[in-house]
Amino acid sequence: MRIGRLVLTWIALLVLLALTIASSFLPIGDWSQLINFVIAAAKAALILWIFMKMREETALVRLAAITSAVLLLVLGGMLAADYELRSPSPYVLTDASSVASRI
Amino acid sequence: MTIVRHEPFPDIARQREADRLGMAVFLASEAMLFGAVVMGLLALRSFEPASFAATSQRLNLVAGSVNTAVLLTSSLLVAIGAEARACDRQRLARWALGCAALLGLVFLAIKGSEYVQEYGEGLMPGAGPKQDFATPGARMFMDGYFVATALHALHVTIGVAMLAGCAWRLRGDDAPSTVAVENIGLYWHLVDIVWVFLFPVLYLSR
Repeated sequence: MRIGRLVLTWIALLVLLALTIASSFLPIGDWSQLINFVIAAAKAALILWIFMKMREETALVRLAAITSAVLLLVLGGMLAADYELRSPSPYVLTDASSVASRI
Repeated sequence: MTIVRHEPFPDIARQREADRLGMAVFLASEAMLFGAVVMGLLALRSFEPASFAATSQRLNLVAGSVNTAVLLTSSLLVAIGAEARACDRQRLARWALGCAALLGLVFLAIKGSEYVQEYGEGLMPGAGPKQDFATPGARMFMDGYFVATALHALHVTIGVAMLAGCAWRLRGDDAPSTVAVENIGLYWHLVDIVWVFLFPVLYLSR
């Protein structure tokens, strides 16, 4: 049995948890959100690779496991592009005063 | 480690890969479910950054942090339990899985105490002695919080039941197979990964 590697991974996960909590108290604005996400991804990678034993799996199983992460990134990218690049449509009247002036 | 080959697989390696592939596809679908919830929260944060941050600060950060550590520790125990089962050390496997199930219960107890606290502070939408939302964005944050954490708590409950059942069956001759213990472990690790992403989005968006 090889428990040493599992315990080391657990310690690394707890250190990353401490880092992510500490970074949220730093006065660095939105950067802490990015740091939080990177740390969360690192923790997920450690759990996947060591605890879930993806390091011992075949390419087929790894592919199935990584597909959801890739699809979520694509979905998130499109969501962000939609909301961040959206501009008011000239065909939709949202301002009540402009509607009144035309009537 | 004893794995029994069954039809239609020509050898143990192919059988094991098929077992693991089925579990990986199921877990991927779970990840997509929770991914949609997390993205809804991220979209809300981009619309209402001020309300999102202000309401996030009203959550109990200490309870959320302790809960994260509890889940990470239970994941370690599950990984040890699966390793012990593969090495035919039933006693160690039973203890590790049993303790992991107990930690799952601790997680649910802490989560429940947070819900009680939020109920009292008027942060539970549509319930409680009062409603204390400064803005519509604050109310939407708490809606998302309860949807995400309740869905996660449901998964924790299912995981606890499966871990406890596994630990119980490891007592006698009818011990669950290595593959069964490993797949239940994979489910538990996924529940852990989901919380790893929910925790910073909900508690650390200050």
